[in-house]
Parts: sequence; C-alpha cells; structure tokens
Amino acid sequence: MATTTIPRSRRDAIAKRWQRGRSGYMFLIPWLIGFFALTLGPALASLYLAFTKYDVLTPPVFTGLDNFGYMFFQDYRFRQALQVTFTYVLWSVPLKLGLALLIAIALDKGTRGVDLYRAIFYLPSLIGGSVAIAVLWRQLFDRDGLTDQLLQLLGWPPGTSLLNNPDHALKTLIVLSVWQFGAPMVIFLAGLRQIPQHLHEAARMDGAKTMQRFSRITLPLLAPVIFFNLIMQTIDAFKAFTQAFVVSAGTGGPIDSTLFYTLYLYQEGFAFFRMGYASALAWFLLIIIAAFTALTFLSAKYWVHYDDGR
Amino acid sequence: MTTVAENAGFDPYREARARSKALKQRRDVVRAIIKHIVLILSSIGMLYPLLWLVSSSFKPDTAIFSDFSLIPEAFSFANYVNGWTALRTSFTTFFTNSFFIAALAVIGNLMACSLTAFAFARLEFPLKKLWFTLMLATLMIPYHVTLIPQYILFLNIGWVNTILPLVLPKFLATDAFFVFLMVQFFRGIPRELDEAARMDGCGPWRIYWRIMLPLSVPVMATAAIFSFMWTYDDFLGPLIYLNDINQYTVPLALRTFVDSTGVSAWGQLFAMSTLSLLPVFFFFLFFQRLIIRGVATSAMKR
Repeated sequence: MATTTIPRSRRDAIAKRWQRGRSGYMFLIPWLIGFFALTLGPALASLYLAFTKYDVLTPPVFTGLDNFGYMFFQDYRFRQALQVTFTYVLWSVPLKLGLALLIAIALDKGTRGVDLYRAIFYLPSLIGGSVAIAVLWRQLFDRDGLTDQLLQLLGWPPGTSLLNNPDHALKTLIVLSVWQFGAPMVIFLAGLRQIPQHLHEAARMDGAKTMQRFSRITLPLLAPVIFFNLIMQTIDAFKAFTQAFVVSAGTGGPIDSTLFYTLYLYQEGFAFFRMGYASALAWFLLIIIAAFTALTFLSAKYWVHYDDGR
Repeated sequence: MTTVAENAGFDPYREARARSKALKQRRDVVRAIIKHIVLILSSIGMLYPLLWLVSSSFKPDTAIFSDFSLIPEAFSFANYVNGWTALRTSFTTFFTNSFFIAALAVIGNLMACSLTAFAFARLEFPLKKLWFTLMLATLMIPYHVTLIPQYILFLNIGWVNTILPLVLPKFLATDAFFVFLMVQFFRGIPRELDEAARMDGCGPWRIYWRIMLPLSVPVMATAAIFSFMWTYDDFLGPLIYLNDINQYTVPLALRTFVDSTGVSAWGQLFAMSTLSLLPVFFFFLFFQRLIIRGVATSAMKR
C-alpha cells in the first residue's frame, strides 16, 4: 500500500487521511446500510428467534432451549432431513468433482475442439438450477418418462417411476447435481493450465508413467483448486433447494425421501409459520456449514500446499 | 509391424528409433480418436435431456412419451401458442416481471457493488480492515440465517407482494461475491493512473467515475451477466415474497404450471420451459468467454 507521492508533513498527512476517510465512508454508505439492516441485524434477530416460539401474528415468546431440545431429541423429520442432506452431499460432491477432474484432464493438453466441449459440458451448470430443468427432470424420471422406457428395455415392468419410489427419488437429484459438473470442470481446466508443462516433460524423461505423473505432479499442484472446489460445491450442496422443491412439489416426498434440510426449513417457516423453530434450524445449518468448512481448512494443512514451500 | 525405414543403412539405431517414433505416433492418433469418441458420446449424453425437452415441446402430447426420436414427426408450434396463455395470466406478464426485476438487480448490483469495491480497493479510512473482513465473512453465511428476519422486516414495512424485497437489497451491495470480484479487478488497475489524476486535483468521485469505471468494463460485464442470470433463475425469493399471480416471475409461473395442470399438458409445459431457458442460453452464446473466465478467475485469484 505504499504511496509513491512526495512525503508531506505529518500533520498534513493526517488531515488528508481524515478527508479521505470521510469519502471512504461516503462510498461505503450503501454497503453499510445493507450490512446492518439486511445481514448483521437479521442474523442476530434470527439468533434470538431461535430461542423463541414465534408465529408472526403474536409477539415471540422466549422458550429457552426448547427448540433445540425438540430438534435433537424428538423431531424425526429433522433427523430425516439431516440424513437426506448428508447423503446428498456425500454422494453428489465427490462424484461431481471426480467427473469434473477427469474431463478437465481429458480436455487439457491441446485437445482439438476444447472450446466446444467445454461449452457443452458447462451449459448444464448454467441452467441446472432453474425451475425449467427441475420440471424436465421430473418428467424424465417419472412414469412414462425416459428412464421408465429405458428400464423397460432392461426388463423392468412398465410404469416405473423412480421419482415416486422412496428408494430412488434422491438418486435422481444426485444425478441432476452431478450432471452440473461443468462449473468445477472449468475451474480445474484453468488450474491445469497453470501447471508448468516442463514438469511433466522432465518427469517423462525420467521415465514416470502417466499415473505417477498424475499423482506426483498434477494432484499436488492442483490441490489449492481442488480445495476451493470442494468448499464451494459442498456449501452449495448443503444449500440445495429449488430442485428438491420442484421435483417433489414442495413436499420433500415420497415419504420425506427428498426432504432436504433447506426444504424442511422452508416448510417450518413459511408453510407452518413456526418462525422460531425455523430460525433454530437456520442457525444449526450455519453451524454445520461452518464446522465443515473449518474441518476442510484444518485438513488442508496436510494436503494443500501453496507455492513450493511447505 | 510395418517397417518404416527399411533401407536406412548405417546407423544401427536409426531403424529402431524411426519404428518406435512411428509406433508412438500411431498410438497417439489412436488415443486421440478414442478420446474424441468418448468426449463426443458424453457430450451427446449431457445434451440429450435438453434436446429431448426442446424436441418434445414441438410434439403433440400423445407423441412425447411414445416417440424416442429427437426429430418430431409432426412439427407444431401449438404447444407454444396454447402454453403461453394456459394460466390465468399470460406469460407476457411473467416474462415482463422477470426481466424487470432482473434489470433492476443488474443496475443495483453494478452501482452499489462498484462503489463498495472502490472504497475497499482504493480509499483509506479508519476500520477498513474490519469492514473488509466482515464483507468477506458474509460470503460464507448461508442466506437462510437472514431469511426469516428479513421476511419479517419486509412484512412489517408492508413490502411483501411487491418486488422491493427482491430488488432493494441489490442496491445495498448485499451480493458480496460481486464486491469481491470488483475489488480484485480494481486492485489490478495501475495505481499510477489515479495518483496522477489526484495530482491534477481529481477527487475520489471523479477518479471512480472517470477512471475506474471506464477501465472496468470486463468485470462490470461479468457482474452484470451473472446478476441477470442469478436473479432471473432465482426461485426462493419470489416464492416467499410474491403471492399474486400477476406479480409472478417465470420460474414461479412454471412451478404453478406443473402443480396446477394435470398429466395432460406436458407439451405446453415443455414449450414454456424451453422459452424460459432461452434468455440464459443466449447470454451464454454471446458472452461465453466472459462467463467462463468469470467462473475460472473467481477461483484462481484467492
């Protein structure tokens, strides 16, 4: 931050700094209002509401730890929502990142038509979060849908709806998430381009096999990018909402098999108007995400090395 | 094995070397072909659901689930015509609402986020580090934590069932991601430029308006494109705040379409879904480079 201007007297500098300080805050006014009124204030308010019973119509009633007691010890739908969400995260994120990395490596090293492939693979990421795609997914996996017809070819009875089957409904949403591997792939590709080619050549000279070069050069040098993708994709997966909502018509069904955490939160807050309990759910989600992020950051010490230094 | 350099006289290694080179070349070609076959097949697999959606939107309902082919036997726009007015309110209204909200979101984000980013990137003021850290922290907070109190706030002001709760936050730079993106970009602009301007007596506003903004077209375009696409696709916000069908955005209308019509109107539903994807698709077509670079740089600059 060293300025290259001519040194002035100290007094002058302080005056100047204050003057500039004022204009700094002028520029910051919109953000400051937004931060206090729409982020910090509401976050603290929901922290308070988490310890109350609140139905919007009557003022909130402080109930201590009741919400959390109910959540952890009695609420089976909460447990179901956690289970669905963790299953979703633990399957979709590794599959998505694995596929993204695989395709990125296949596309690296001057494959002809790289731009076209990249565009095709990226397109689903761009539109995958929309209601239109959720609608499409519902039709693909429902009775008479594309999968039904494919399964008939494999000898399944006609009229199979994977979506109405509690054993399979969540899988269709995992597939939908993996289908959108394009965004992390684009990031992997950018990361791969930064790996100096001469490292690979030197290793090849020394007789290193493809797999060796992958595990000794590509993976370590790509670790920061893998780390970034892992954090981003996991947070996104925890927050998944639209697709489960549309595909299950807002119910999280069949029999709560697609009851994502955020969907449950929405139901509690905006369908049953249990705003206090929904706030408790929201804060618990924040804690889960924070805990996960912290764990990943801690683990990074062992597998992510920036630059060359350890 | 074909011998490539059969009469290559004296060098005993030459023949072997040439043969291994030819072998390697052939192996590379075979590999490349296999790779492209795999890539092409997976591209088709990736696009198949989308193509199926588009082609189904041109088929009569009876043919959608009986006809595997992507090219409709009878090509008809009937689904588009009927679907457009299938709900109580026509899609003209829904698209107008969506575009209006998205346009305001773009304007709000560009103005507010660039002001904030300029302050963080170029101005000195007390507590700057603290504010910057807090700004980055908001990137990590899931919006669910603020969702309910925000709703209660807007409910009490009487803004529920207006577009204000969807638009106003953008004018207050609540999208920290864009602030972050712009701070990164502004930091890359040579400081000498604004130092020189300051010498000539330019205040911070002039520097922001006359120097930074004109030099920041790429990042502004990226932010504008993503603002538009994310607002246009947003579902939860409109779901919570808009109750009157005349206020609905396209995603809400589609969802109503799914829930209200029976099994009968798939074709119309597909037609409207296809239309709803077109704006984002065109953005992708025209600004592909900016979008992909935006995605890539968001990760690389940390």
